[in-house]
Amino acid sequence: MMLCLRLFWEFFKTGLFAVGGGMATLPFLYSMSDATGWFTHAQLADMIAVSESTPGPIGVNMATYVGFTAAGVPGAVVATLGLITPSVIIILIIARVLAAFRQNKYVDAAFYGLRPCSVGLIAAAGLLVVKIALFDVDLYKQTGVLMNLFQWKAIALAAVLIVLTRYVKPLKKLHPVFFILGSAAVGALFAF
Amino acid sequence: MNLFALFIAFAKVGVMTFGGGYAMIPILEREIVDKHGWASSEELMDYYAVGQCTPGVIAVNTATFIGQKCAGNIGGIVATLGVVFPSLVIICVIAGILTNFADIPAVKSAFAGIRVCVCVLIFNAVVKLWKSAVPDKGALCLCLGVFVLSVFLDVSPVVYVVVCAAAGILLTRLGVRGK
Repeated sequence: MMLCLRLFWEFFKTGLFAVGGGMATLPFLYSMSDATGWFTHAQLADMIAVSESTPGPIGVNMATYVGFTAAGVPGAVVATLGLITPSVIIILIIARVLAAFRQNKYVDAAFYGLRPCSVGLIAAAGLLVVKIALFDVDLYKQTGVLMNLFQWKAIALAAVLIVLTRYVKPLKKLHPVFFILGSAAVGALFAF
Repeated sequence: MNLFALFIAFAKVGVMTFGGGYAMIPILEREIVDKHGWASSEELMDYYAVGQCTPGVIAVNTATFIGQKCAGNIGGIVATLGVVFPSLVIICVIAGILTNFADIPAVKSAFAGIRVCVCVLIFNAVVKLWKSAVPDKGALCLCLGVFVLSVFLDVSPVVYVVVCAAAGILLTRLGVRGK
């Protein structure tokens, strides 16, 4: 019961302060992982992949997944409700004054500051994924060999993926799920 | 307005939206504008624009807007529950299955590969957002400042969000914006 209340509260905060869509919830989930220990950084990276490859908005999928990991099906329901509650309240209020809201110069000015903030936060959260996906800090600490710091196979895959998703025209528009499935196959095949 | 029809229509949108964001626009057009006539294309774009710049998941915000327009506050709540319902079912099933397979070495390797892909996807998302979110030097300073501070300090993201909203207003008032 306490766990469910805590879940609701954590996701209520996420829903209230994550501006800019699904990925913007990421920094909040990392800070939640550190604060509560409900899931590890590695688990969170897996949840992102599953959320991207299944139907539904990413932000909602991640909330459901985190809730399920922390407290089963009731947790999933509570976390999702927590995430959407602030949205529903705010939108129901704004819907009545939509025109005034869009033209308000203070709202516009606040968002001028909020948008770069979101980008900075998401980039910092991305760095945490890079740390566990491309590096092996533990092995480096144990052995002290600099070469052991890097997961070379993973770095090679990342380089290939960047080229494929950003520079190869016919592939750029492809849905992320194909790249995720391809990476899973490569990972299993080459024993990452 | 039939609340059940509203729920079903948005549950469909939820099932057919992979990834959220822009992916959801064509599906909303088909379900909400063409099929049911609950909103016009222009209204949809307005809702989407406001949904993007208010807190929360964009798909959820847009659903609440359209539901509210169709059937008042109850409509807003029903549409929102509709859009998240498929996620709840699908993710619970997948999460339940995956926990049973997570210890198999091949599955572990597959997820190690997937994590690499997630890095690249986040990188691409940042590049895309960067283009619209960082138009001038003031925004650049905010973005880099937040990035560096949140890498090295253990502060809740809430703090950055509140400070940056205030900074946005301050920079605009000082006339720094756009330079």
